[in-house]
Amino acid sequence: MHATLQYVLYIAVLLALAIPLGIYISKAMGGEKTVLTRLLAPCERGLYRLLHIDSQEDMNWKRYAGCALAFSAISLAVLTLILKFQNILPWNPQNVDGMSWHLAFNTAVSFITNTNWQAYSGEVALSSFSQALGLTVQNFVSAGVGIAVLFAIIRGFVRTKAKGIGNFWADLVRSVVYVLLPLCFVMSIALVALGVPQSLGESKTVDLLEPIAVSQQGEVIEGAKIDLDAGTVTLDGQPVDGAKIVTKQAVPLFPQASQVAPKQVGTNGGGVLGNNSAHPFENPNPATNLIEMISLLLIPAALCISFGRSVKNKKQGVAILVAMTLVLIAALSVVAINEHQATPQLAQNGAVQITAEQGYAGGNMEGKETRFGIATSSTWAAFTTAASNGSVNSMHDSYTPLGGMVPMLLMQLGEVIFGGVGCGLYGMLGFVLLTVFIAGLMVGRTPEYLGKKIGPKEMRMAVLVCLATPIAILVGSGIAAMLPSTAASLNNAGAHGFSEMLYAYSSCGGNNGSAFAGFNANTPFLNVSLGLVMLFARFVPMVATLLIAGSMAAKKRVAASAGTLSTSNAMFVFLLILIVLIVGALSFFPALALGPIAEFTQMLGLG
Amino acid sequence: MKKVLSRAAGLLLCMSLLCGLIYTLAVTGIGQLFFPHQAGGSIIEIDGKTYGSELLGQQFSDDGHLWGRVMHVDVSTFTDENGQPVLYAWASNLSPASDEYEQLIAQRVEKLRAADPQADPDNIPVDLVTCSGSGLDPEISPKAAAYQVPRIAAARGVSESEVQAVIDRYTTGRFLGVFGEERVNVLKVNLALDGILTES
Repeated sequence: MHATLQYVLYIAVLLALAIPLGIYISKAMGGEKTVLTRLLAPCERGLYRLLHIDSQEDMNWKRYAGCALAFSAISLAVLTLILKFQNILPWNPQNVDGMSWHLAFNTAVSFITNTNWQAYSGEVALSSFSQALGLTVQNFVSAGVGIAVLFAIIRGFVRTKAKGIGNFWADLVRSVVYVLLPLCFVMSIALVALGVPQSLGESKTVDLLEPIAVSQQGEVIEGAKIDLDAGTVTLDGQPVDGAKIVTKQAVPLFPQASQVAPKQVGTNGGGVLGNNSAHPFENPNPATNLIEMISLLLIPAALCISFGRSVKNKKQGVAILVAMTLVLIAALSVVAINEHQATPQLAQNGAVQITAEQGYAGGNMEGKETRFGIATSSTWAAFTTAASNGSVNSMHDSYTPLGGMVPMLLMQLGEVIFGGVGCGLYGMLGFVLLTVFIAGLMVGRTPEYLGKKIGPKEMRMAVLVCLATPIAILVGSGIAAMLPSTAASLNNAGAHGFSEMLYAYSSCGGNNGSAFAGFNANTPFLNVSLGLVMLFARFVPMVATLLIAGSMAAKKRVAASAGTLSTSNAMFVFLLILIVLIVGALSFFPALALGPIAEFTQMLGLG
Repeated sequence: MKKVLSRAAGLLLCMSLLCGLIYTLAVTGIGQLFFPHQAGGSIIEIDGKTYGSELLGQQFSDDGHLWGRVMHVDVSTFTDENGQPVLYAWASNLSPASDEYEQLIAQRVEKLRAADPQADPDNIPVDLVTCSGSGLDPEISPKAAAYQVPRIAAARGVSESEVQAVIDRYTTGRFLGVFGEERVNVLKVNLALDGILTES
């Protein structure tokens, strides 16, 4: 009962905050006056003047796309170099080495594409310089690029017989200065106040209350007697050769809160620490969790409202938001039910208490934190894979077979159920056009959306937007599955091992970045192939969307008639969900059957 | 083309200064100034000696101490200034549906039953036999703490109600009464049991 209340409240809080923020973003991106204009306009104008940007210049779609690609390409090059040479750059109190070229490439791609797939653990692989001036910067601007492109396609729908779809530089600057930066600043201060560390990066060690003894291989010796003064370890009265006594604990300190905020707000997801928001430093209590978890879906949800306001038809935005929310609720329900039930292997014929009671969460607690329990962990899992965020507050690798399948499926749907900041909604607009087209065929009318006729050229691009993710995932994981070397990266055997690999490609193909984290992805082949998958899944839909934007802007508006298909009623919401699910299910059912579904049958002793 | 690239590079540089440097330093400055304890990792320091961080779990096996979540310990990644190994931990990332996992949990159940003979052997709290998401979970459920009370009281020669009172003192409720779960900070309970931590 208590768990249900949490689920309902999490979604209610999200929607309640999304509405005012959506209106604000619509105003800010449209250049209207907002509450923060007086404070931030000088910063915006200063950037234009410094860089000689004419914010009034109206770009056609090719130029807009060229600028977006050029900015991403420069970002990729600079970030790769920062990561490769972090050992000779300043601000490296952690004394880390430079990354290998393939890991640097993979990580740079991952952050410029708003994916934040991590084939490394931040506490051992990154300097403070790389965290702050490399990754944090991309956490802002990669999200900004997504918002920019979304508003370009919005202008495409709004304008008639126009050549231009806006100015990329102005869109990017506005999204960062007015939306992302203020939100992250307030949020990061709140996080520090609530317990998230924030330091320039001088990691510490502290004393343990109980020293522990470890063998030469680094494994804890259970039941060992430790004599601290003599420095000896004995087990059942016998001294243990080569045993070491550990008396201290590592306390990894970074500019942490300042990176956690943009990783959540910008649907980035790349944690400072390897275990992401499951780590008590990254997410110390339910209060920080509430802030982080709501903010990970906040902008994607708000942008639906912004969309409606900016196309001057609020119902259109609401219809898309409703469709997304319904799929989210369905997905969350499946995750929650499975995680509360746990597995027979964990329940041990009733010896381990799975059933929840007052003050006790029960359920599948493997890979989950006590402060979050099942409800808060499951909600995060659904939120983070619905949004293409990919941060985690529990380990998806240790979810039950079906509980872990749903996050994977949400990514495979193309990250359009909320999805990434900006890119989730423009991906969903691809599905909207597809739905309009299919519905139009059924009733024998020319498909149109928001008063614009949809021609063959736009349809081809919309299909490309919809299919880019499945193509990237299936081709990538198909090749990886045939290579014998992939098996060495798996942490679990059998069907679950296949799931780990499929999850990796789904995560990169959906630009999500979460992982079945037992999977060791830091090999040259995996780094490069996953990097290419991320690039494909990010930029193919982006360019296709901008092409649609340009071609829509040039069209004239047709008046709505009695035969025009409504794109804001319940019927359309139903059709849209259906199309999204059919494309996703048809593409991925065979692969899922080999992974999580096979594991599920084995779990029940059927396989 | 050249103009676009130079503008892109210029904007990236400006954004790096704004979002990378100025923003990070501003948050660090404000954080360190107003919230030095949190910003520094919530380290428990009493009379000049550090006793861990209240946010990071430690491994306990003394009968007189409260035990926490199972830790997937790593002592090879970090070393201190003298090159000695330092404790850290990660998630297990094991599937909870495999046969190997079933055996692993069975072993942990046996260990707990042997350690806590007075506790209910058929209602073992699940958080005591599972590894957490970070591997460093500093907390357990109140039920998992209560499960260990007879053992701790017997080892220390104190009454069960005294031990339970210490546990209650370091039990935190849900945020706003709704969000998250109730939990007990293991390190703080042990520091209090040892007489090191005295204030609540």
